[in-house]
Amino acid sequence: MSRFVQRPDEACAGLSEKTDSPLFDWVGFWKNRPLFLWAGPMKQTLLFLSNLTKEFDGKKVLDSLNLEILDGEFITLLGPSGCGKTTLLRMMAGFEHPDEGTIALGSRDLTHTPPEHRPLNTVFQHYALFPHMSVFDNVAYGLKMEKRPKEEIRQRVEEALAMVQLEDFSRRKPHQLSGGQQQRVAIARAVVKRPKVLLLDEPLSALDYKLRRTMQVELKRLQRELGITFVFVTHDQEEALSMSDRVVVLKDGLIQQLGTPREVYERPANLFTARFVGETNFFPGRVEQAHEEDTIIVDVFGLKRTFRKPDFPVTVGQSLHVLLRPEDIRVLAPGDDEGVAGKVVERNYKGSTLDSVIHLEDGTEVLASEFFDEDDPTFDYRLGEPVKVSWVDGWEWLLPTEPETPSEEAGTDA
Amino acid sequence: MSRWLPRTYLTLIYLLLYVPIVVLVVFSFNDSRTGYEWGGLSLRWYDALFNNRAMVQAMWNSLWLALSAATVSTLIGALTALALHRYRFRGKNVLNGMLFVVMMSPEIVLAISLLALFLLVGFQLGYVSLLLAHVTFCLPFVVITVMARLSGFDERLPEAARDLGANDFTMTRTVLIPVIMPALLAGWLLGFTLSLDDVVVSTFVSGPSYEILPLRIYSMVRVGLKPEVNALGTLLLVFSLVMLMLSQWILLRSKR
Amino acid sequence: MRSLMQQPFRTAVLVLVWGWLLFLVLAPNLLVVGASVMTRDPASFISLPVTLDAYRQLLNPLYLDVFLHSLYMAAMTTLVCLLIGYPFAWSLSKVAKRHQVLLIFLLIVPFWTNSLVRTYALKLILATNGLLNNALLSMGLIDEPMQLLYTEGAVVIGLVYLLLPFMILPLYSVFDDLREDYLRASHDLGAGRFSTFIHVIVPLTLPGVLAGIMLVLLPAMGLFFVPDILGGSRNLLVGNVIKNQFLDARNWPFGAAASIMLTLAMAFLMFAHRLSKRRIGEEGV
Repeated sequence: MSRFVQRPDEACAGLSEKTDSPLFDWVGFWKNRPLFLWAGPMKQTLLFLSNLTKEFDGKKVLDSLNLEILDGEFITLLGPSGCGKTTLLRMMAGFEHPDEGTIALGSRDLTHTPPEHRPLNTVFQHYALFPHMSVFDNVAYGLKMEKRPKEEIRQRVEEALAMVQLEDFSRRKPHQLSGGQQQRVAIARAVVKRPKVLLLDEPLSALDYKLRRTMQVELKRLQRELGITFVFVTHDQEEALSMSDRVVVLKDGLIQQLGTPREVYERPANLFTARFVGETNFFPGRVEQAHEEDTIIVDVFGLKRTFRKPDFPVTVGQSLHVLLRPEDIRVLAPGDDEGVAGKVVERNYKGSTLDSVIHLEDGTEVLASEFFDEDDPTFDYRLGEPVKVSWVDGWEWLLPTEPETPSEEAGTDA
Repeated sequence: MSRWLPRTYLTLIYLLLYVPIVVLVVFSFNDSRTGYEWGGLSLRWYDALFNNRAMVQAMWNSLWLALSAATVSTLIGALTALALHRYRFRGKNVLNGMLFVVMMSPEIVLAISLLALFLLVGFQLGYVSLLLAHVTFCLPFVVITVMARLSGFDERLPEAARDLGANDFTMTRTVLIPVIMPALLAGWLLGFTLSLDDVVVSTFVSGPSYEILPLRIYSMVRVGLKPEVNALGTLLLVFSLVMLMLSQWILLRSKR
Repeated sequence: MRSLMQQPFRTAVLVLVWGWLLFLVLAPNLLVVGASVMTRDPASFISLPVTLDAYRQLLNPLYLDVFLHSLYMAAMTTLVCLLIGYPFAWSLSKVAKRHQVLLIFLLIVPFWTNSLVRTYALKLILATNGLLNNALLSMGLIDEPMQLLYTEGAVVIGLVYLLLPFMILPLYSVFDDLREDYLRASHDLGAGRFSTFIHVIVPLTLPGVLAGIMLVLLPAMGLFFVPDILGGSRNLLVGNVIKNQFLDARNWPFGAAASIMLTLAMAFLMFAHRLSKRRIGEEGV
């Protein structure tokens, strides 16, 4: 599925967070290693979330969730609304308490510590700036609570405001600022306390698209400069992919996948992740031959294609999903010997790409996204134009078929 | 046509609303004794007013009653509003309903019920009975004002304060109270005015030991014309205007 | 925030407000209900035996006349307030937003002025040798002064003057919520001005109308000082009757029964208001 050469050993980095062993999860331990190698220098775990369970009105919002957050990383909790990501964040901040499980910062148990005594600070979704205080007083609030000397407060607040480029706005009230400026005050207010972890609850959701992009870059810069661990909550997969070191995909209080943005996008652990992160074509495949050491032959739309052997066990005759991102689809001329025949039913000009929907003869819809060719600026399709659809072998990703009920399986290889 | 017709209509009604007030103010400076004809400029009615010791005493009594009734009802009302906003408890709807009924019931119904209570339990009618009665009819107005403010209150603000290291008490002092301050002020002012203006309830629950201004005015205006009332009315008008402006100014300042 | 008020604090607040309401609202009202079924006793206000005499007395033609007259004046007051207030609120909602704040302020200023004093000011204008008669005489529109004071009309004028803002404010709030789109949609679907008014504007403003009626009609039966100042002895309100029974005639059961009638009227109006709000899908109060 990737255009880039893929080393097979990377594939197992899509991790299982659900450990069954009560003592020590040897399998999970070894599976974690490749990720650390990939992430560069070894990082220590800062925040341990173990076995967290929470019910609201009989509905499980978090289901024995385990997660280790590393020191200095930018980790994103991604999922649809109601997946438990906000509850998880509020638990770290101390506004919610788990029914079961523990939260620990290093060796210090925080599970029952009230929010005011936790060395974690939050940037709230709608900023929650105190409307009756000036920008300066908002940022100074946390330091005043620490009873810092006046001079130190002044200096640190000014530094924090300079960091978010709001030095000249310290006398203003929040309502006199634009959305983006309020956002920055909220960030300055939280980081001025030099927290161990900064929790960000959908902080960009109230901003318009352009400002969001700017703030995304700015947040990344801040995180690099401060070296603070960022835990970021969003339902926007694009945002998650572009900002994070690691992404946690959540659904129904369970971790679906934990990995780098690239792993999550290119090697989704299950159908949910594949559907939620980006657009995907699911082609039905059937295993024809699985004798070879590391390749199998799969029948897709009557084509016999040779694929790399997946991580899950395959047997001849088994059905599986062949996943292809729209940008991995090749649209060929109808006369080409390769590919499956179909016709263009929709075309969307997107500026840098031409997105089209192609109906195959068996009724399957295929999304294709092609870059414009510099040699052919007028490149386009007619509606109803007959074409053939293909892809380069090795760019696909295979997943086993799942029952439609939510799967307990979290990782590709669990 | 469609633009000036509504405007003319609005102007006309506003004129009608303000004519009696203008008449009152102008005639308070009238030197004539009969009260219907213009007899030249004079401050004699103001003079008469301030030389009337019973009247001045009634003014102070009223002022003190209004101050205390407004303060007590703001305190209880604010706490009630917080409880209604915050807690789930049995009988919450009943409490809400009772406050609403108190607000809507004709004053006279409240008045006789309180009179019956005070007389049956042998309560001396005077300052305390007035205070209890006034707080009772001011209470729903304060509750509703504070509730309205709380319903627009960002639930994340207290959390943000806690997150930044404030404990409950500090959070209440530095965030909650300042944010609902305009509502407390508005509720207090409403209570103050309601109390100062009340005739109906006070008629029933006041005793000879504590004469208040509206009742004094009432006994004066029931028969004939008393030019001092013009002067008194003008003073009251100026007083409430000053209070209104002051509150607007404070509200605007708190927004800035 | 949940722990802002720890349990003891919560308990204290709830005990305080419940205590207040039970002792100063519920108990007194139960007393009034009790008093209305007791026998009149000049010495100790009420005494046994239990009787419905007071309610029977309400039907006495002498009092029935007074009540019907009071109801008539209150109804006239409400009608006049509605006729003035409805177009007023509509016009107000069409004025530019920044002017609206000032206009509302101007509407409320009289409300902040002592109502007795304002009623008295009307007396200055309406008296036989008052300003209105003098003005009309000097313009030659009338030959001799009209009897304006101490009439039914004077009472209605006084009540309207005091209660008009209470009709306008709820009406203004419904007109303010009335989105221009609804009217455009109605016109777009082929309705004329009249049918738009009947089928769209009236139903949508009905809760405001009923709230206004509730806020005007009830006080218009109880504000006893208005007839005292402007109405003379023949134009009495229910409020005057109740007051006389309690303070002068010492007939508590009868006064209490009359007051219960007022309470029932309030209950009826509140019910109607709730119903009308539910019809347009807003939550009832």
